Amino acid sequence: MTPEQRRWIFLAAGIGFVAFFLWGLSGLPGFGNYPGPYGLAILRVAVAQTQATGVVSAINFDYRGFDTVGEEFILFAAAAGVSVVLRRLRGERERSALDEAADRDVPPTSGAVRMVALLFTGPVVVAGWWLASHAQTNPSGGFQGGVVLASAFVLIYLAGEFLVFKRFSPVTFTDVVEAVGAGGFAAVGLSAVLMGLPYLTNFLPLGQVPGAVSSSGTIALISFFVGLEVAAAFILIVGELLEQTLLIRQGDS
Amino acid sequence: MMSVFPFIVVAWILAVGLYGVVTSRNLVHQIICLIVVQSSTYVLLLGVGYVTGAVAPYFFDVPDHTPAVDPVVQALALTDVVVEAAVTALLLSFAIQAHKRFGTLDPHELVSLKG
Repeated sequence: MTPEQRRWIFLAAGIGFVAFFLWGLSGLPGFGNYPGPYGLAILRVAVAQTQATGVVSAINFDYRGFDTVGEEFILFAAAAGVSVVLRRLRGERERSALDEAADRDVPPTSGAVRMVALLFTGPVVVAGWWLASHAQTNPSGGFQGGVVLASAFVLIYLAGEFLVFKRFSPVTFTDVVEAVGAGGFAAVGLSAVLMGLPYLTNFLPLGQVPGAVSSSGTIALISFFVGLEVAAAFILIVGELLEQTLLIRQGDS
Repeated sequence: MMSVFPFIVVAWILAVGLYGVVTSRNLVHQIICLIVVQSSTYVLLLGVGYVTGAVAPYFFDVPDHTPAVDPVVQALALTDVVVEAAVTALLLSFAIQAHKRFGTLDPHELVSLKG
């Protein structure tokens, strides 16, 4: 199929899509007039039931916790997939050594970049932990906090070298953290089963003050495990992708 | 007009992304187009759940029963953003291996190398 034909097929399908989309649009409630009973029902009861003032976290880690287990294992599988797909193949070193612009100048990292990256590493780690441990309070949680934590390691890479990044995040260690994060979430759910409650029931004491850090029972705990899992998964992914460039660089010398 | 405008934006992002996926000549570009397609779902979810004059679904410093926008669609979008980033990394690593194996990132040439 030539690109030209492909484009025509796409245009024909696009016209069909627009027709269906307009038809569907005519049945939607106007923007700002959301009638959905489910979300409004949760809003009515969430704070009283879970003592979490962050209702989005309450949904992610409690009401729809089972969905989030699935989401987390997609993340786990994607990180594992990156490791598997980018594993060193036989004869890889030789093939990777083929640098297609061997005569280019690779400038050294500038002092300004190093300094800014180092300055930000500490605050970014603190912000990541803060986000991962305040899911029950405000717009934060394990997913956001984990990504922020992982970016601290990217800053270490920017400030130093790939080998420093590797020393701060040895693969065996990040693997274990990722497994603890993913397994911890599932284990919190199973603990409820062991107590004779449905899977992922919020069985911990909820606390008295809505939105306090110690409130909301398993929501805070699960958010913490998700933070570990997300941070480790992204550090692994970044490490794997960087290792690909290292293979090429090593071939230079 | 205002009541459908966000949904027109959704359709536009989706269409632009799809056009990119269909016509792309570079796997990395194609993957980025796929991300554009996916981001249309975020606009759709948040657009569907919006309530005029309502606050965000966080009650740390507002009374419990203040009208708020739908938190369910926000939870969906939140987890999806992170998972999408990881899946994108997986796709990009496929692109790396394809380039190593076939020496090209052009999807059309990759098709003709098949078999």
